[in-house]
Amino acid sequence: MMRESNRSVEDAYRVEVVGAGGYWMEEVRAGERFRITDLKGNQAVDTLFFNADRPHERYSAFDTVREQRNLYLTVGTTLVSDEGNPMLDIVADTCGRHDTLGGACAGESNTVRYALEKKTMHSCRDSWLLAVNTHTNWGLTKRDLTHNINFFMNVPVTPAGGLTFEDGISAPGKYVELRARMNVLVLISNCPQLNNPCNGYNPTPIELATWSR
Amino acid sequence: MNDATRYRDRLPGGRHWSFLARVGTTLELTDIEGGGNVGMLLYNPANPLERLNLPDTLKCQHTFKLTAGHCLYSDMGRIFCSITADSVGWHDASSGTCNAGIVAGKWSTRDYQEARNDYHRNGRDCFLIELGKYGLGRRDMAANMNWFSRVDVTEDGDMALAEGHSPPGASLTLRFEMDTLVLMHTCPHPLDASPEYPRKPIEYAVGVAPPVAEDDPCRLSREENGRGFLNNALYLLGTGAEDLRESS
Repeated sequence: MMRESNRSVEDAYRVEVVGAGGYWMEEVRAGERFRITDLKGNQAVDTLFFNADRPHERYSAFDTVREQRNLYLTVGTTLVSDEGNPMLDIVADTCGRHDTLGGACAGESNTVRYALEKKTMHSCRDSWLLAVNTHTNWGLTKRDLTHNINFFMNVPVTPAGGLTFEDGISAPGKYVELRARMNVLVLISNCPQLNNPCNGYNPTPIELATWSR
Repeated sequence: MNDATRYRDRLPGGRHWSFLARVGTTLELTDIEGGGNVGMLLYNPANPLERLNLPDTLKCQHTFKLTAGHCLYSDMGRIFCSITADSVGWHDASSGTCNAGIVAGKWSTRDYQEARNDYHRNGRDCFLIELGKYGLGRRDMAANMNWFSRVDVTEDGDMALAEGHSPPGASLTLRFEMDTLVLMHTCPHPLDASPEYPRKPIEYAVGVAPPVAEDDPCRLSREENGRGFLNNALYLLGTGAEDLRESS
């Protein structure tokens, strides 16, 4: 569902641009709003959320889709933790649909999906592992890296049970905005995948804005 | 049950168990009464950080359902097991498992004091207990399989559990392509709307598989799976694990 936000980026207290292949690991406090903007279009933003006060509580993709009885994330979706607690609500969305079924890329899964020689290409999991092993104050390790959201990615399921990777439905300037319902740690990998048509083989920068309320 | 079966047992409905499945063995699950559900998680016993990854499993085979010919992948690009036989045709990989809140909301709380071993267990607690036996915990959880259950999805993404999907005697066979720690429970599917807490027993049989042929249907079902088997071959070289199928 499409819904625009009435907030402007000029009023945000924190605005950062992250290039493809980079990561962003920051806290968003309860009540704050957080926006991800797909600056150039058709980018995939691989995102994990943790409870910032007890980081072993984390976003759960499959609890989230089951609780809303719908596979796709958009306005009205509440992101649910592995304990069944609401973490964030999607409050604005100019893209209309986001994936949480397709997971993230890794060198190892690249070997299966594309070719053995792709194993050394940069991947979302490499970015996440570097993030958690650099910002060790959070106490996170590979154990905590679980199934993620792919903002702006379109992975429709067919009635016959197939899974298709469609051209992105996103475009330059499309955004998704979330309101935190607990203090959350956001861990984003701005996807560097070069082998998948979903980003036109051209990963691009994103903008991350946070408002205090 | 065929001649290669070495072990056979039953899990009553609403229970949990785990065991180590060695490379080259099979696990046959049978839904004795029909309408059963088996929640399952898989780990590498030599390094439990390697675990079942259903998003990778679905996307590399371009499928939402799992059935014969598909493989179940770890997050390390390796195949824990292949589905070599399936009389059902569609198993759910996308709904997670029931937790205490879901079970209490649907079927009320029935505790051990009152009901002894017929108390209302939930899938998440069952997994936590089995994980604990190996020094693992909630941080090691992943999305689980729901064998014998089918969840349909509309064009708009709405999900619904198919009723009467698995008939009495339905069965499937998993063939393990590397040593695998298998955690399973027989608690209800989280979208089950039965008026009473469903208690469906499952039979499980462990056997020895014949060698994986060059033209094995799981290896050939997709190019991706051919590369998955190559990743396993490298891993088995590294572990030195004797493949039972090569020596039999």
